[in-house]
Amino acid sequence: MNSITARRRHPLARYAVLLLALSLLGGVYALLAPGGDRADAAIASGRADDVAAGKDLFAAHCASCHGPNAEGTSQPGTASGPSLIGVGAAAVDFQVSSGRMPLANPGPQAPRKRAPEWVNPDTVRQLAAYVQSLGGGPTKPSLESVDPAKGDPAKGGELFRANCIQCHNFVGSGGGLTYGKYAPPLNPATPTQIYEAMATGPQAMPVFNDTTITPEQKRDMIAYIVSVREQPDPGGSGLGRIGPVTEGLVAWIAGISLLVLAAIWITAKKRQVNHD
Amino acid sequence: MTENPHETPEEERVPRRVIGTPAPAAQRSMLGTQAPPRGDGHGSAAGEPAGAQEPITGKAVKFPDAATARKGERIASLLFVVAFLAAVAFVASYVIFQVGDITRTQTSNLALGGSLTVALLSLAAGLVVWVRLIMPKYNLVQQRHSMSTDAPVREEISETFLRGADESGFVKHKMLRRTLLLAAAPLGLLPLVLLKDMGPLPKTALRHTVWKKGMRLKVEGTNEPIRAADFNSPGGILSVVPDGFETDLNALAKATLILIKFRPEDIKSGTNVNWTHDGIVAYSKICTHVGCPAALYEQTTHHILCPCHQSTFDAADGAKVIFGPAARPLPQLPIAVDGEGYLVAQSDFNVPVGPSFWERGDAEAEVRGQK
Repeated sequence: MNSITARRRHPLARYAVLLLALSLLGGVYALLAPGGDRADAAIASGRADDVAAGKDLFAAHCASCHGPNAEGTSQPGTASGPSLIGVGAAAVDFQVSSGRMPLANPGPQAPRKRAPEWVNPDTVRQLAAYVQSLGGGPTKPSLESVDPAKGDPAKGGELFRANCIQCHNFVGSGGGLTYGKYAPPLNPATPTQIYEAMATGPQAMPVFNDTTITPEQKRDMIAYIVSVREQPDPGGSGLGRIGPVTEGLVAWIAGISLLVLAAIWITAKKRQVNHD
Repeated sequence: MTENPHETPEEERVPRRVIGTPAPAAQRSMLGTQAPPRGDGHGSAAGEPAGAQEPITGKAVKFPDAATARKGERIASLLFVVAFLAAVAFVASYVIFQVGDITRTQTSNLALGGSLTVALLSLAAGLVVWVRLIMPKYNLVQQRHSMSTDAPVREEISETFLRGADESGFVKHKMLRRTLLLAAAPLGLLPLVLLKDMGPLPKTALRHTVWKKGMRLKVEGTNEPIRAADFNSPGGILSVVPDGFETDLNALAKATLILIKFRPEDIKSGTNVNWTHDGIVAYSKICTHVGCPAALYEQTTHHILCPCHQSTFDAADGAKVIFGPAARPLPQLPIAVDGEGYLVAQSDFNVPVGPSFWERGDAEAEVRGQK
């Protein structure tokens, strides 16, 4: 105590106090800031090599459709892609990690497929950092903010039924849209990808931004989706779990056919009776 | 009791019966002791006694050969044993698989349903095998007889009826006849009165929803009011319920909205821009075809698709119908923001929402006429 009292008038003391206050402020901010800002922080704090590497990856794999500076292209007759300025790292992570991008064939919908060889968590992070550096946008959520175990599936189910089931079906089996587009099944999607899809609205999907559906509510919905798809089907096949249409179809075609066959078997006559 | 009738001569066991076998021949009459009907010349049943007491024999009867019968016996017995085991398994499943949560209930249902199915199916299949492989085969002719009553009986009934009618004086006593008919008439009309119990007439209920000026829009599911500045991502959509009616299903059946955020330059002339706020447009969620919730929204094409019959609406152009059986656009709700920046309704819809109804008329033309 005495030593502090003695040195508080030291010429360097004011700088020391200022430094202490600043680092305290910074530390508190880093603790309280939403996890999403981490990518921005990474770019700002000298992970510029990610951005540079991402720019090279972009030039090699994406620029033919999205333009050399991600401004988008729209020449008629050739492959064209939208501008990626402002779509954010979350959109890149969703599209590339699920194999939707790079697109193999232009069509009404980019399907989920096996990602090409060069795609791995590092290259996706670099590409995302580059696109994020162009104009901001939603960032990749932290693992904790998409952890299904931390969400409330009951609340999430309510939100899911209000906002998602019209396209994705009540257990996330997907469904058809107009002109060849479709809402994909949610079963192969990781919690991170589900979050990113809600935050960025890939392809025809609407956006559910964080200010109207909060990150906690998104996590609840992820908890619901994961809990539903982990439910077992004790009878064997869930028949796509799309409800009474397939169940009725199987009951009518398989069930009635079996009944008809049984009726034929019961009443079939043996011809030999008439021979004698 | 064992099923072992061949060990001792049948005669010694007459007082005792093997379980599951018919009574001794002397008592064989399953339908009572009445004598069989005698033919009396009025088209009744062919008078022979039922053949149960004499086994049917003759050239046309084909008994299965011993090998087939043995095989049939083995198969049928096997099936009966399976049925027995499955029935035991049913009881065991009931005890073992306790219900409680969804997963355990599913397992219990599967075990109970599966074992009962196997039990009943094996029992039935065993019986069919029994009939087909063990029992003799022959052609059986069953005579049909005329179903009408004998002529003398019919005559007698007719006479009795006419005599009764005559004695009642129904024709002679005019006043009696007419007052009886009078008494019957309102009773016949009583069911019509019950129609009233189908409920009050809807009056103007189909033309209005609970939306009114200044009522806040709330997100379905979270029941939070929506700040216009928060709903700021173009391509966003929300399902919206009116403040104060979040759980009133009767109100929600008409008043539920979809709220869509556009880039202002995407909005086309069909949309009433005075009813939007900063690119946010509210449409009725109730399809104008038969009232399904139409909310499959594609942010790239601005299509709203109804899942029931594929009616497709262009959300950017006043929800104009571009495909499918719907006859009218989804009605647009006039919205604005209140002093705190929350989205509110400017008024109710100006046309009835949802499917057509008999008295609807051309509500759109009436609205145009007012302007």
